[in-house]
Amino acid sequence: MSEIVWPFDCDTLMRKQKSFKRRILERNNNFLTKKIAILGGSTTADIKNLLEIFLLDEGIKPEFYESEYNKFYEDAVFGNPQLEDFKPEIIIIFTSICNIIDQPKITDSDEIFNLKLENEFTKFKNIWKSLNSKFNAVIIQNNFDVPFSQPEGNILMPHSFGRFVNLLNEKFLNYSEQNSGLYIHDLNRLSSQIGLFKWHNRSQYHAYKFAMNYDIFPEVAWSLKKLICAILGRVKKCLVLDLDNTLWGGVIGDDGLNGIKIGHETPEGEAFTEFQNYVKSLKDRGVILAVASKNYEDTAKSGFTHPDSVLKFDDFVSFKANWEPKNLNISQIAKEINIGLDSLVFIDDNPAERAIIKENLPEVSVPEIDPADVSSYIRAIEGNGYFNTVAISDDDIKRTQTYLQNKQRAELENISGNYDEFLKSLDMQAEISSFKEIYFDRITQLTNKSNQFNLTTKRFTLADIKNISSDKNFITVYCRLKDRFGDNGIISLAIGEISGDELKIILWLMSCRVLKRGVENLMLDHLVKAAKLNRCSKLHGYYFPTKKNLMVRDHYKNFGFELLSSDENNNTEWTLNINNYVTKNKFINVTEE
Amino acid sequence: MSDVNNIMQELQPIFRDVFDDDSIILTNETNASMIEDWDSLSHIRLVVAIEKHFKIKFAFGELQDLKDVGEMAELIRTKLED
Repeated sequence: MSEIVWPFDCDTLMRKQKSFKRRILERNNNFLTKKIAILGGSTTADIKNLLEIFLLDEGIKPEFYESEYNKFYEDAVFGNPQLEDFKPEIIIIFTSICNIIDQPKITDSDEIFNLKLENEFTKFKNIWKSLNSKFNAVIIQNNFDVPFSQPEGNILMPHSFGRFVNLLNEKFLNYSEQNSGLYIHDLNRLSSQIGLFKWHNRSQYHAYKFAMNYDIFPEVAWSLKKLICAILGRVKKCLVLDLDNTLWGGVIGDDGLNGIKIGHETPEGEAFTEFQNYVKSLKDRGVILAVASKNYEDTAKSGFTHPDSVLKFDDFVSFKANWEPKNLNISQIAKEINIGLDSLVFIDDNPAERAIIKENLPEVSVPEIDPADVSSYIRAIEGNGYFNTVAISDDDIKRTQTYLQNKQRAELENISGNYDEFLKSLDMQAEISSFKEIYFDRITQLTNKSNQFNLTTKRFTLADIKNISSDKNFITVYCRLKDRFGDNGIISLAIGEISGDELKIILWLMSCRVLKRGVENLMLDHLVKAAKLNRCSKLHGYYFPTKKNLMVRDHYKNFGFELLSSDENNNTEWTLNINNYVTKNKFINVTEE
Repeated sequence: MSDVNNIMQELQPIFRDVFDDDSIILTNETNASMIEDWDSLSHIRLVVAIEKHFKIKFAFGELQDLKDVGEMAELIRTKLED
């Protein structure tokens, strides 16, 4: 339940940053801790303070290491015992245009120009390589903002500084594409977005060594926060949309199908078409769509038969058009799709409807938008980074299809009556094995996104997953499930740590879209098999309760584990002797191990 | 129109916000050693908040020689009169 929503008032945030922090800490006490090192090329104290506020507001409590002023290169390349002891999980290289010392001259020869470019790039490559060799951390690297001045005027010459920056940024991007775990923070775009007159403040640079104008520090820190949340997978999953004056202009119940504004005939129609295209592009990369509209269902549906409608009825996984209060409909949407309310974003042109949701369902994100300017809908979504992503997996692309298939499965379940018969009729096929490199992105994403069926809610970075996968002391399991309706993708993970004759299950999670399909039986069978291969005779399970994972409280009990201990926070530990274990899976065929 | 007393009254809530301390009561003699957390970084935060509130700009050197809040209020007064 975050209180800071973009756009915010930068001046207030700067002036009252201490009280923001205090209030958020008073409100919440359930934080995920992350160790973040900021290696800066300028004064970064306020960036750090603001990033702390924004992350706390998202439920992430950062611990910081901050390099001395402009010691990013030294700390990274020559090492620093303090930094080494700190063991960062995330390293931010906060550099900017101010840190390019050997700038090209317009009169440089090609050779000199290219040499300067290569030197600058090599400096950063050394930083990344050195950090990678020392730390098991995600690296966030600022690219370079647009320079303050361009003496040649409004044209980029071959050896302009502006061109140098563009080429260098391109090199950063190419390198990051080939090296997972390195993410480029797009300071270049941010500086353009803010506007260079506002972005650069040379007197503040000279006086305080601020890399950019103090006034827009909150925008910079916010942008970093969005990237960190995307890397950790803490983003929204479902976009809930109103219809009239949100997805098309006008009121379909009054104006009729031919009267609504969509398509290229009118300026208003153009604006809504642009928004529908945007929503479609979100859906195509894995965002789930739903509708909550005050309308008769048939009338509402008919809107998507309009020849100019980009979105079609089948693009929506849940469709609520009725006259019930919207908070009831949105609660039902969350239940139907089986995700938490905090995974929803609600867009509605009507401020009264927005207020009802904010008041009754505070977990749902409800940005302020301006119906007079439909493009403000897009700005609100992007400004808050609700659906930001750092990688797009196959599962993302197929997500809507998967949820629609789930609806069909549910219908079949109703027809079958006998649940065992139903499971048999699904013709389930599983691929179950230790983690494979091609799945590392999806595996990382799952460990960060799954909340409900998650025994320990332990989060992992891509680097963690890589390390664990190659460590002989760990057993890893993923399960991918197909059935007659389609491929569910990777839906369950477990990680066990071998400790003497015990296998300690430090992670066990499953996607809720395959609840009650018997995947947990197959997973346990596989864990037992792997444990025996490693000469373990016991499984050791943990359950750490959170607000969301109540559904697995009795997970180990139901499997016949014995309770070993229970502490004051109701954290429990369990054990199972596996010498006489009987295989549990009945309905899933294993196709690949 | 602004006398130093009025300026002091307007400064007080700015100090309270920046240092997140509602017990701060400014006098002419208040200085950096009397407020916990008043270091070089929070000083910049304070200066910018004051600039924004009074819609004035300080030059680099102007703030360095100020001994206490009284002198600061006096400097603000002269800027507002310009």
